[in-house]
Amino acid sequence: MKTLKIALLIIFTLILGGGALQAQLKINGAGATFPYVIYSKWFDVYHTKTNIEFNYQSIGSGGGIKQVIEGTVDFGATDGPMTPEQLNEAKTKQGTDVLHIPTVMGAVVVTYNLAEAGKELKLTSEVLAGIFLGEITKWNDAKIAELNTGMKLPDQQIIVAHRSDGSGTSFIFTDYLTKVSKTWETKVGRGTSVNWPAGLGGKGNEGVSGLVKQTPGAIGYVELAYAVKNSLPYASIKNKAGKFVSPALESVTAAAAGASKNFPEDLRVSITDAEGKDSYPISGFTWLLVYKNMKDKQKGEALVNFLRWAMTEGQSYAKDLLYAPLPKDVIKRCESKIVQIKY
Amino acid sequence: MSFVVSASQTTKVPVATSPKRHFGDVAFKYTTTIFAGFVLLLVLLMGFEMYMQAKPTIEKFGWSFLTRTVWDPVQEEYGALPFVFGTLFSSLIALVIALPLSIGIAIFLSEMAPRWLEPPLSFLIELLAGIPSIVYGLWGIFVLVPWIRISLEPLLSRHLDFIPLFRGAPYGYGMLAAGLILSIMVLPIVTSISRDVLKAIPQTQREASLALGATKWESVKLILGDAKSGIFGAVLLGLGRAIGETMAVTMVIGNTPSISISLFDPGYTMASVLANEFTEATTAMYLSALIEIAFLLFGITIIINMLARLLVWSVTKK
Repeated sequence: MKTLKIALLIIFTLILGGGALQAQLKINGAGATFPYVIYSKWFDVYHTKTNIEFNYQSIGSGGGIKQVIEGTVDFGATDGPMTPEQLNEAKTKQGTDVLHIPTVMGAVVVTYNLAEAGKELKLTSEVLAGIFLGEITKWNDAKIAELNTGMKLPDQQIIVAHRSDGSGTSFIFTDYLTKVSKTWETKVGRGTSVNWPAGLGGKGNEGVSGLVKQTPGAIGYVELAYAVKNSLPYASIKNKAGKFVSPALESVTAAAAGASKNFPEDLRVSITDAEGKDSYPISGFTWLLVYKNMKDKQKGEALVNFLRWAMTEGQSYAKDLLYAPLPKDVIKRCESKIVQIKY
Repeated sequence: MSFVVSASQTTKVPVATSPKRHFGDVAFKYTTTIFAGFVLLLVLLMGFEMYMQAKPTIEKFGWSFLTRTVWDPVQEEYGALPFVFGTLFSSLIALVIALPLSIGIAIFLSEMAPRWLEPPLSFLIELLAGIPSIVYGLWGIFVLVPWIRISLEPLLSRHLDFIPLFRGAPYGYGMLAAGLILSIMVLPIVTSISRDVLKAIPQTQREASLALGATKWESVKLILGDAKSGIFGAVLLGLGRAIGETMAVTMVIGNTPSISISLFDPGYTMASVLANEFTEATTAMYLSALIEIAFLLFGITIIINMLARLLVWSVTKK
């Protein structure tokens, strides 16, 4: 009995002690899955530096936006910006504006399974839209052949693979196609899920890449980081300046730099089909969503400090984790946003 | 406490003679009733909540939600027909494949198998039910789908392409893959319930028929006749399982909301579209459309399970 009592006593002290530790600051966030890897790295590093704990749940951009509107988290994260209606709803429910702070960038690459093309396939926006609209159906189509001279393209059916789950990756990809193709704009449009005119749906990056890898003649799109990690072949895409650009972290950063002079004040901006000769055209930001007026002073201060850190030191972690860091002038724009947060 | 005393005095088993009920018993009865009532309440609440959440699309599309074939989150146009069709079609394929197998196994287990073989075999079959569906899905992607694309579909389309079921391009992913995976997944439940139903038929029935000179085959036929409605119940329970299955199907069905009679074409199921699109559904209409699909699925599952329980119950209560 005595040992039991002692054991209980120890357990109680541990719980109480733990409780005392718990009293330290804890900031809750939820949202996009795409930046989860770098966010958890950031939160981990920042925790050891400052003892401020961030709890981030990667439930998806849609979920993140919903939670920001309902005020159940201290910050949100998304791959597609909030719509004006959502911003209004958040304002009426939470009594404060929501700011979009870009953190890092990613890109969507077009991967394919065509032995004849090796890793050298070149595509234009027009051909890409044609394939995903189901209008170009054979690999030896004249439109593909004229871009890839010297390649022996087979008389094989093109099988289109797309994401079946709602996703920021689909948003960036369809946003690009909407910008470059009138037909796509009127028939399909942009969104995290759209009514795909052709092809098969796979769940997640792994679903799409599985589909592409296993089906000869297939073409699909996945995140750049995922394609690099799994050494998938991906196509070079002709950008607005007329140059074929292979997706890489540098060409993604270049896209943001190329687009930055036209950025709107609120930074809710798409950088697909960006200007600049080195820009990879299917690139996009991922944002943190923060309240302009933080109700909790302590949390507000901690969050602002964290954001400042993420814009400076934090950016150096991006490349190793296969995210494209923000270009300098975008960081400046972000910092001027962070200053506006009141607590 | 009078009968406790009498019980200790005599060795007879005490019989409750007092017509008066103990307070404890009454309290116990009502407490458990309330607990059971919670389950009912939970189901009703779920239904009600889904109905309320689905109101925007119910009001906008009404019954036409069931017959519309477009699913376009960008234009906010929603219809459930391709999903309802995909769910029912894939489940039907699964049953057509699983049914003869399951009943055959059940007959073997209850009527033919040597006594030492039955427990290990039953165990193996029930083990199939314990495999997580994501594992089935991965197996589907890496083994089943390539096999279907390279071997099965070309074979079928070469020899049977006069039947519309077997026409089209061999993708591997599609209704056939979904149906095959589902059939393996419903096999254990249909088999073990059918076996229990067969075993519930009195031994005298078998002995009587054999004594009258029936062959084993004739005797089994007779017993199957008796077990008919119970087996039908088992099939409906299997159907319920197939309809609700999500992960494995999502991974192999191709996720395309189209309606096609061909087994080679991709399709989409109600459970799959929920799993795929729920996390990123941001607009009110989109969410409402998904919840209405969930509501439909809820209704279909309840009806099928109720029918099944009734049928199984009507044989086993004898």
